Amino acid sequence: MKQFSAEQLNQVQAIIARYPEGKQKSALIPLLHLAQETFGGWLDTETMDYIAAILSIKPIEVYEVASFYSMFHMKPVGKHVFEVCQTGPCMLNGSDEIIAYIKEKLGIEAGQTTADGLFTLKPVECLGACGYAPMMQLGKHYKEFLTKEKVDQIIEELRTASKH
Amino acid sequence: MSKKILLEHAHIEGIRFYETYRKNGGYRSVEKALKMSPDEIVEEVKKSGLRGRGGAGFPTGMKWSFLAKPEGVPRHLVCNADESEPGTFKDRYLMEFLPHLLIEGLIVSSYALGSNATYIYIRGEYAWIPDILEQAIAEAKANGWLGKNILGTGFDCEIYVQRGAGAYICGEETALIESLEGKRGNPRIKPPFPAIQGLWMRPTVVNNVETLAAVVPIINMGGDEYAKIGVGKSTGTKLLSVCGNVNKPGVYEIDMTISVEEFIYSDAYCGGIPNGKKLKACIPGGSSVPILPANLLLKTAKGETRMMNYESLADGGFATGSMMGSGGFIVLDETQCIVRHTMSLARFYNHESCGQCSPCREGTGWMYKILKSIEYGHGKMSDIDLLWDVQRKIEGNTICPLGDAAAWPVAAAIRHFRDEFEWHINHPEEAQTRNYGLAHYADPIHVPTV
Repeated sequence: MKQFSAEQLNQVQAIIARYPEGKQKSALIPLLHLAQETFGGWLDTETMDYIAAILSIKPIEVYEVASFYSMFHMKPVGKHVFEVCQTGPCMLNGSDEIIAYIKEKLGIEAGQTTADGLFTLKPVECLGACGYAPMMQLGKHYKEFLTKEKVDQIIEELRTASKH
Repeated sequence: MSKKILLEHAHIEGIRFYETYRKNGGYRSVEKALKMSPDEIVEEVKKSGLRGRGGAGFPTGMKWSFLAKPEGVPRHLVCNADESEPGTFKDRYLMEFLPHLLIEGLIVSSYALGSNATYIYIRGEYAWIPDILEQAIAEAKANGWLGKNILGTGFDCEIYVQRGAGAYICGEETALIESLEGKRGNPRIKPPFPAIQGLWMRPTVVNNVETLAAVVPIINMGGDEYAKIGVGKSTGTKLLSVCGNVNKPGVYEIDMTISVEEFIYSDAYCGGIPNGKKLKACIPGGSSVPILPANLLLKTAKGETRMMNYESLADGGFATGSMMGSGGFIVLDETQCIVRHTMSLARFYNHESCGQCSPCREGTGWMYKILKSIEYGHGKMSDIDLLWDVQRKIEGNTICPLGDAAAWPVAAAIRHFRDEFEWHINHPEEAQTRNYGLAHYADPIHVPTV
């Protein structure tokens, strides 16, 4: 049974308190972010039902929102998701080559996860870092001005960190 | 050299934090504004000529004056920080480096509009910025600029930060409101406009980050003084985010009196095109606005020098002009392929269509499919007319402007670069080499003078 910690439940109450009484549904997206971070990087039905119960809304109201927004993963993903921007401005600066290189290096296609469960490749649309292209989102942060060498380094660091 | 107002203090170390920001004149506008009446502030913003910096360019003061004020119904100000238009990253810069400027603008604007609970809706991918904003909010509150009874005036105000979760459509104000209510980002049918029934069906004003930051200098210097900066109906300064093939991509503040040529080639701004290549084309205001070939970008069809302001960029309409839009300035050098770039943008709009209106949901998919087929060597000559036909059937036939935004880039690419599409269809194998470009579009006569 999935459950937020006591500290997280306080955080949940603080989020709900931002809105007028009876408008707690506004907390849905913030809570889905929190749930995804807490429960393994993706949203399964049990997690979404739990959020529905917290907010006193119907489960369908959670499913329809979770499936609408591209940051919410509806299937399991690797520990690290490489969300590489492929939109026009990044393309002008070589995002196609970066995506091809990651595929080759990790031996996976777009949308797939490596066998060790460490990496998922997910080409995405514009992330608002067009002047610092090519780039990707990795967790909460952006990795910008990507080169093949930088990609090697990122992969190496994450592999090393996972061994400890 | 252009005047800096918003970014005047951006280079100062520690400006992100309250003490330094305050020492450099921060929060003066709140002191001044809270001695004025809310209506007087709206008047100053009207006088300033400020136009919405999110892309549409609608006069801010007028938008504010539409706000309904029924007795006993709370009103809200919502800051649109869902910056998602490809090529645009100026609001990110403001929030990351000058968070207090936005908070200051929000306090003054909240007072003017009577919003006691103001929300910043920020795109979910900017995941590290809410921490920066929340720290600035906490500092402002600790120093008495937010909370209950601000400066003893009886005005209460709280500012909350809400993260989105990846949806371009939420930059559209009614989709943003839906998302803030915990729903899918499907735009609403208007009327009613948010000024009458917005967030939780209460009167609401939604403004862009840069627009709300600009309220600070407007109050400090007065609307009339602000209106003296710039030219004509393009008053004040504008932030531009530059990307693509330039030597110095980044965020620049201009006062809308410089030429496009100076902006691209001067070392004070873009610093020219890398590796001695020629300029081929440019999308001057975010990916939705029409792309222009080099010759029409630097000079209007009448042969006049094209300037970096709302009117001049739009000179010639969509036949020979473009738009200032969001200020996302995308530069393409002579080696770039228009078909491939347009295909990439079509894929973006197809991905981002909310699916509510069939012309957009189906049309963006068809445009992407046809462009992909041309790009990968399977195109037919009739595809170009088909593409034209599809985009024409999207434009103007949807609830929100995403349909138009998806149609315009395709229309402009065909309008100005039709023979490049034809070349692709006639040379299917060669065309699959990336970075193909028809050389005659590259600015043939242009010798930079700056």
